[in-house]
Amino acid sequence: MRFTLKIWRQKDARAPGRFETHEAADVIPEMSFLEVLDLVNENLVKAGLEAITFDSDCREGICGTCCLMVNGRAHGRQHGATVCELRMRNFRDGETITVEPFRSRCFPVLKDLLIDRSIFDRIIQAGGYVSIGTGAAPDANAIPITKQDAEHAMDAAQCIGCGACVAACPNAAAMLFTSAKIAHLAALPQGRVEWRQRVLAMVEAMDRAGFGNCSNHGECEAACPKGIKLTNIAQMNRQFIFSSVFTAREKAEAS
Amino acid sequence: MIALDSKIPDGPLPEKWERHRGRLKLVSPANKRKYNIIVVGTGLAGASGAASLAELGYNVAVFCLHDSPRRAHSIAAQGGINAAKNYANDSDNVYRLFYDTVKGGDFRSREANVFRLAQVSSAIIDHCAAQGVPFARDYGGMLVTRSFGGAQVSRTFYARGQTGQQLLLGAYGALMRQVKSGRVKLFPRREMVDLVVAEGRARGIVVRNLVTGALESYAADAVVLATGGYANVFFLSTNAVSSNVSAAWRAYHRGALFANPSFTQIHPTCIPVSGKHQAKLVLMSESLRNDGRVWVPRKGGDSRPPAEILEAERFYFLEEKYPRFGNLVPRDVASRNAKAVIDQGLGVGPTRVAVYLDFSDALAREGKRVIAERYGNLFEMYTNITAEDPYQAPMRIYPAPHYTMGGLWVDYDLMTTIPGLFAVGEVNFSDHGANRLGASALMQGLADGYFILPYTLGGYLADLAPAARDTSPKAFSDAASAAQARLEKLCAVRGRRPPQDFHRELGELLWHNCGMSRNETGLGEALQKIPEIREAFWREVSVPGSSAGCNQVLERAVRVADFLEFAELLVRDALLRKESCGGHFREESQTGEGEAQRDDTNFCYVSAWESKGPNETPEEHQEPLVFESLLLSRRSYK
Repeated sequence: MRFTLKIWRQKDARAPGRFETHEAADVIPEMSFLEVLDLVNENLVKAGLEAITFDSDCREGICGTCCLMVNGRAHGRQHGATVCELRMRNFRDGETITVEPFRSRCFPVLKDLLIDRSIFDRIIQAGGYVSIGTGAAPDANAIPITKQDAEHAMDAAQCIGCGACVAACPNAAAMLFTSAKIAHLAALPQGRVEWRQRVLAMVEAMDRAGFGNCSNHGECEAACPKGIKLTNIAQMNRQFIFSSVFTAREKAEAS
Repeated sequence: MIALDSKIPDGPLPEKWERHRGRLKLVSPANKRKYNIIVVGTGLAGASGAASLAELGYNVAVFCLHDSPRRAHSIAAQGGINAAKNYANDSDNVYRLFYDTVKGGDFRSREANVFRLAQVSSAIIDHCAAQGVPFARDYGGMLVTRSFGGAQVSRTFYARGQTGQQLLLGAYGALMRQVKSGRVKLFPRREMVDLVVAEGRARGIVVRNLVTGALESYAADAVVLATGGYANVFFLSTNAVSSNVSAAWRAYHRGALFANPSFTQIHPTCIPVSGKHQAKLVLMSESLRNDGRVWVPRKGGDSRPPAEILEAERFYFLEEKYPRFGNLVPRDVASRNAKAVIDQGLGVGPTRVAVYLDFSDALAREGKRVIAERYGNLFEMYTNITAEDPYQAPMRIYPAPHYTMGGLWVDYDLMTTIPGLFAVGEVNFSDHGANRLGASALMQGLADGYFILPYTLGGYLADLAPAARDTSPKAFSDAASAAQARLEKLCAVRGRRPPQDFHRELGELLWHNCGMSRNETGLGEALQKIPEIREAFWREVSVPGSSAGCNQVLERAVRVADFLEFAELLVRDALLRKESCGGHFREESQTGEGEAQRDDTNFCYVSAWESKGPNETPEEHQEPLVFESLLLSRRSYK
């Protein structure tokens, strides 16, 4: 197979970007999309030209490092897969493929296809954990957790923090990412202790970062490589309202 | 001559750790904040260690080469984590986990370290459950376990096929909590390029900022390396593409000894290589061997589809050869046997370099729903890569480099031979001997980080007056200018071959001459060829662009340059160890049945290599292994 790739090049965070066209020949259907970029890069480097910068690491869809728009879709069109898992058998031979970084003002481009997603760490810092110190835990079976709750928590906990939800959302909202962590912890007794503070703090961090709000397009769920559900957002909104009201009432009572 | 003092505490095995903890000096709570600690790497060991140290009150600076600490390769661990909880009531206990781990490592690990690991294993599960790790549970709400290779009990806890991910996100959450508290400062997209040793102690690091290209120096009272293993020396491995040996290699050149580099693990169940294009190999969890049966056709060259091959025509080689453990023999044994049947011409699939992993019996017995619940995501991964459906036809698998038992030599306190430099997780050599059992890497990483390092590092600091974070000493500028010179030298070659070209060449050489089976001739040949590849690299490598700014080809070139040096040490170690043990199989040393033949008279030691300078032959030191509790026996899984 052979392909024409239109790839976003940008020298650094401040420089203006542009599309550059590259040809990829001798591609086989088993190859992953990133292996095609490797191939293009090998040829560039052989010619003494600067390689295309892009992020990837595990190359098996779990670390969440890779983050490309392929033909306008986050991680490409293969459902439930990250772009490192995207196989070339999903493309037509001879096709022209457009490759861009994930698009959001909150994910500034550092170089070519490399972006800065550190804002996600800051949302987690606001409360995406159980506040327990090492050494303080009771026996792991001391608190029974129903199988359904454990499964529900796991469904949400599978988020890999890649940011495809933000890139796919017309409002560049990070609500799927944020709500997945909130839902994961709220499903478990260990996480329920702090749920009220958590939802307020994480939503505040998300808003402060400049992400948009959800208007129920559902693009995030469609783009999510791990099948994180839109219902998590509804749950987060519910928790947010409850928590806001209770916290306001408590404050009023205290004063 | 460096004196190798393992500092194993006295007393009976079960009491050593408690006694030692009781004797370790303490830093008073008010003084902890005066100490600065650097942690490099944010996998299970690094993240858990950094978070736990910060909880105690130390100032911690955390470095990782990824954009976020959550990306570290621990995240890709699939199957599970071992702990001697005995929740399954199958007679498991600390001693049994200890025994299985030492035996699984083919009696090439320290008894005291492994016993401690088994002792703290239960606390890890408790802590992770309390963090909200969604471990698999039964309908009564209790934790469930499964079996892994090398054990006859069910002690492996799991979260679907993403146990590493969930444990790492737990540790990452703990770390983020400390970032918020202000006790941890995070430095992502930084790669360590040198260790700074001043007045005989580890005093800081030099890192390259991968976005700006600038070299940055950081000073501290102690440095912790948690930088993972070196399986990528084989080019194709199950490791993430950026996993590398560089941080450990820099520490080695600064005086840390490197132990047992030849102890590498080849994992039996990976998706076979399909072509030259491949950047890495994908693992299929060992947990699959709970329900999958490994076989090949009895007749060579049998190209019928697997479903048409009758039961009597199938060679279930693991079950036949090892009736007691069957498909759940340890990884080294499973890998060697797969290689053996393929070498006999019994391999399957288009390349004939694969064996079947068949789920049809389990599907018939348990039903598709149960199997999907256990392994659904693994089956999906397999289907995506191969376009074949394991619910319909058996998987095809082949061994691939996966984990490295060797690493920086550490004493019982996890400190290297450089005072103040600690090594935790896969980067140290301590607990797995010559072969690691499945689900024990997560256990060791978290044991080191949550429950060992926080105590032992305190013991080291207690004798030390806190120093200012001062990077003005000459050792810092010396290290930085040496690193900058190395970068400039790479950029100046201006050859025609990309760095991965040399990496691939090195990897193929190692895979054939120093992989699943090794012999004197092959190793000698490798020892001769590696310097040739290295010289070609420095003559012909192409690194376009400069060291200023972001340059991923340069990052790769730096790592490959270090692998090209390190590989020589690996082969040298393999050549010197003329016995077979665990993952290190010397063809000259095998039993009549083709099993590994250990030589306890001559090789019951840890080899620890000292750098004598960049182009000098390194010196081997030996730490004798003393077995007080276990009888050295031949490993048998029959």
